Amino acid sequence: MDDLLAARLQMATSLGFHIVFACIGMTMPILMAFSEWRWLRTNEQVYVDLAKAWSRGVALFFAVGAVSGTVLSFELGLLFPGFMRHAGPIIGMPFSWEGTAFFVEAIALGVFLYGWNRLNRWVHWMSGVVVGISGVLSGIFVVSANSWMNSPRGFTWQNGQATNIDPVAAMFNEAWFSQALHMTLAAFVATAFAVAGVHAFLLIKNPKNVFHRKAVKIALSFGAITAFLQPLSGDYAAKDVADRQPAKLAALEGLYKTSKPADLIIGGIPNDKEERVDYAIHIPGALSFLAHGDFDAEVIGLDQFAKEDRPPVLITHVAFQIMVGIGMLLALAGLLFLLFSWRWQHLLSNKWWLLFIVFLTPLGFIAVEAGWTVTEVGRQPWIIYGVMRTKDAVSAMPGLQYSFYLITSVYLLLTGLLIWMMRRQIETVEEFYPSARTSKP
Amino acid sequence: MLQIIILILGVSFVLYTILGGADFGAGIVETFAGRKGEKIISKALAPVWEANHVWLILAIVILFTAFPVVYSTISVVLHIPLMVVLIGIVLRGSFFTFRHYDIGRDASHKYYTAVFKVSSFITPVFLGVTLGAMILGRIDLSDTSESFYEQYIYPWFNLFCFAMGLFSALLFGYIASIFLIGETQTPIERLRYIRLSKFFMLLTFVMSVLVFLAAEWYELHLFSNFFNSTVSIGAFTVALLLVPAIFYLFNHPSILFLRLAIGLQVAMVIVGWFAIQYPVLVVEKSGNHLTFYNTQAPPATQYQLLIALFVGLLFVIPAFYFLFRVFKPSDDQKPANP
Ligand code: HDD
Ligand code: HEM
Ligand code: HEM
Repeated sequence: MDDLLAARLQMATSLGFHIVFACIGMTMPILMAFSEWRWLRTNEQVYVDLAKAWSRGVALFFAVGAVSGTVLSFELGLLFPGFMRHAGPIIGMPFSWEGTAFFVEAIALGVFLYGWNRLNRWVHWMSGVVVGISGVLSGIFVVSANSWMNSPRGFTWQNGQATNIDPVAAMFNEAWFSQALHMTLAAFVATAFAVAGVHAFLLIKNPKNVFHRKAVKIALSFGAITAFLQPLSGDYAAKDVADRQPAKLAALEGLYKTSKPADLIIGGIPNDKEERVDYAIHIPGALSFLAHGDFDAEVIGLDQFAKEDRPPVLITHVAFQIMVGIGMLLALAGLLFLLFSWRWQHLLSNKWWLLFIVFLTPLGFIAVEAGWTVTEVGRQPWIIYGVMRTKDAVSAMPGLQYSFYLITSVYLLLTGLLIWMMRRQIETVEEFYPSARTSKP
Repeated sequence: MLQIIILILGVSFVLYTILGGADFGAGIVETFAGRKGEKIISKALAPVWEANHVWLILAIVILFTAFPVVYSTISVVLHIPLMVVLIGIVLRGSFFTFRHYDIGRDASHKYYTAVFKVSSFITPVFLGVTLGAMILGRIDLSDTSESFYEQYIYPWFNLFCFAMGLFSALLFGYIASIFLIGETQTPIERLRYIRLSKFFMLLTFVMSVLVFLAAEWYELHLFSNFFNSTVSIGAFTVALLLVPAIFYLFNHPSILFLRLAIGLQVAMVIVGWFAIQYPVLVVEKSGNHLTFYNTQAPPATQYQLLIALFVGLLFVIPAFYFLFRVFKPSDDQKPANP
């Protein structure tokens, strides 16, 4: 394995691992605070039990999220020192704001997890809200750093040096809003459907259980609303990409030839040799509309770019299809849930509906990983789009593959352990929380 | 502007050494702390360790924003020890939490504890190795044709760096045992931790002398540099004078003064060491040292960084105050279980 590939794979593994915990860290505090709020309003024991049961699992995920994030802040330099040498002063600002958000988050989390019996109820609840807000803010700040890589602003590049640095312009680059919005929604979609799925599974085994019914309802309500908004923000993101990074758009759509109007190519397998997508469905003019809001607009294809400036089409296109496919399915599920929500008691007793929710459990996270693959692989061969190539940024140290093997095995171990522990925890829920044993007539 | 950034970087480094050090040290001390050790340590650490460790992240962010060349240089040259530090941080944080939160009380518990203890020791050792390599002067940036060993192993794989590493681990153990005195509930327990504190204090002191000797061996003249800097002399004197104060405070009922004293002592050790080096961050073989001045980011970046840091502190200081008030010195903390 060459060093560039090893570095890219290690970065991808570490980020792909961290993002799962980041999503949970952004969403779960809000779900817990919501449940606690319901308890404060209704005084029903089941809500506070739910918040506590969730918080036990969340504490585990938070710890792993925090340490894997620390790994990332070193890895940017360990793997891509050429990048950080120039990018550090430009995008350091969102990272330092993020640091503040982490601080507040970590402190408020300590208060939330350990303050149940020590604080006034409402103060305790507030600490949960603060964890949620600062989690979302830290997500937004990091994504802003990432969007700068897609849409580099706030500096002048001369003779391999950045001059005229303006960190504010860099942070609020053209891509930050669409990416931050899309990512925040994604975190909610992915986590909420996963939580709903787990509780739906337990509900099938134990159909009248109030605890799991409330859990599914809360999680699905958040999931449904955000899943419904997600394709809209995705469409907005795609229009943005079309303006900013036409090569990425062409790769994710599989558009080899510049066309006017351009077909939307759904599914299929990109064939680089023949420069076409095999076995795909074509919808005439639809891509022109989606990218530029006009059925007759011209869409730039890969033929406008030299071979060495094209991103890998196969990975980007397939990942994009996966994300959009899942996005459509989840939006549909969300819509169904919202439409029938006045009959949710009934829905939650329907085994087929529950099975469907169980089936959706991992899909949101798969979409998150696929979405990042689109963003990152679609930017190749650039690490800073149009400015610096990934191969010029990679560390000079040979033997990077050993770092990659090491990190990957540690992460595999942690993943295995976490899954095992979550199972144990779920099995004992009824032992610890009386309300988890009660059922609705 | 630069001076303020250096100050904040220094303060976060000191705070990480004290607070993060107490956390890592607790894992080291646990081996000597008897049966109740685990309970006391888990209780003390669980609510605060994540917040304590953000100081490291803050220091790293300041480093790569304001002194990017330093960050990217040590990332390349000291890749291997840094990677060990990272793995250590990951394993320690995760396994501490696993042990605390995993429902099961079976054999798995033993493994969590083992990994927690080992990584609590390895991480500070390699942090110290990294710091040692930064000042030893074996890093050679001018010649990239040297062998892998010369470029990536030789700068840190030596007695001086490992002496620094061991010194860090012992220092952390010392900080932790003093902090933990305040977490004990019976006089016997308290006595045990006071004895541990004295033990680690002695070891740390002996080790620091060995570090100086090792430095001479490698022709790094810490002694003479030390006597050339009034700030160092002053700082080390204060640190020494605090020793009898700490002995006196062992018998004082309030833990607060003891904690302040150890905090001040550690800060003084770092200030003294920093003053020897200032403004050099990485000592380079051919004399092209990396300093705060020749690696600083442009003014616009520094300015924005300062704003972010100030606003940050405005939020963080009251929040920390609240956290420590709610939990320390502590009585009964349980995770969210009825
Ligand atoms: C639950 C997760 C999820 C779902 C259902 C979707 N996405 Fe997404 N998408 C993400 C999760 C995600 C992401 C992981 O959050 C990304 C990666 C980078 C980013 O900012 O968001 C992303 C990136 C991303 C990009 C690239 C942005 C860039 O590179 O700047 C586009 C064009 C879309 N998405 C479009 C869509 C469309 C049209 C969807 C239709 C349903 C969709 N996404 C559903
Ligand atoms: C957490 C979600 C993210 C995931 C899953 C992700 C995924 C990936 C993947 C798959 C690659 C390899 C691409 C390739 O080389 O072909 C990569 C590279 C990289 N990513 Fe991301 N990314 C994420 C977010 C970020 C963020 C927020 C940043 C920075 C602020 C970032 C910085 C980088 C860098 C520096 C590289 C290496 C250079 C490159 O390949 O372009 N990533 N990431
Ligand atoms: C899109 C990608 C990312 C998102 C949305 C994200 C978001 C988050 C969130 C919400 C947390 C707190 C949750 C938790 O502790 O479990 C977190 C933790 C962390 N992240 Fe990320 N992150 C991303 C990528 C990165 C990258 C690229 C870096 C480093 C350069 C990074 C560094 C960190 C650090 C250091 C922490 C630990 C903070 C603590 O100790 O509390 N993250 N991230």
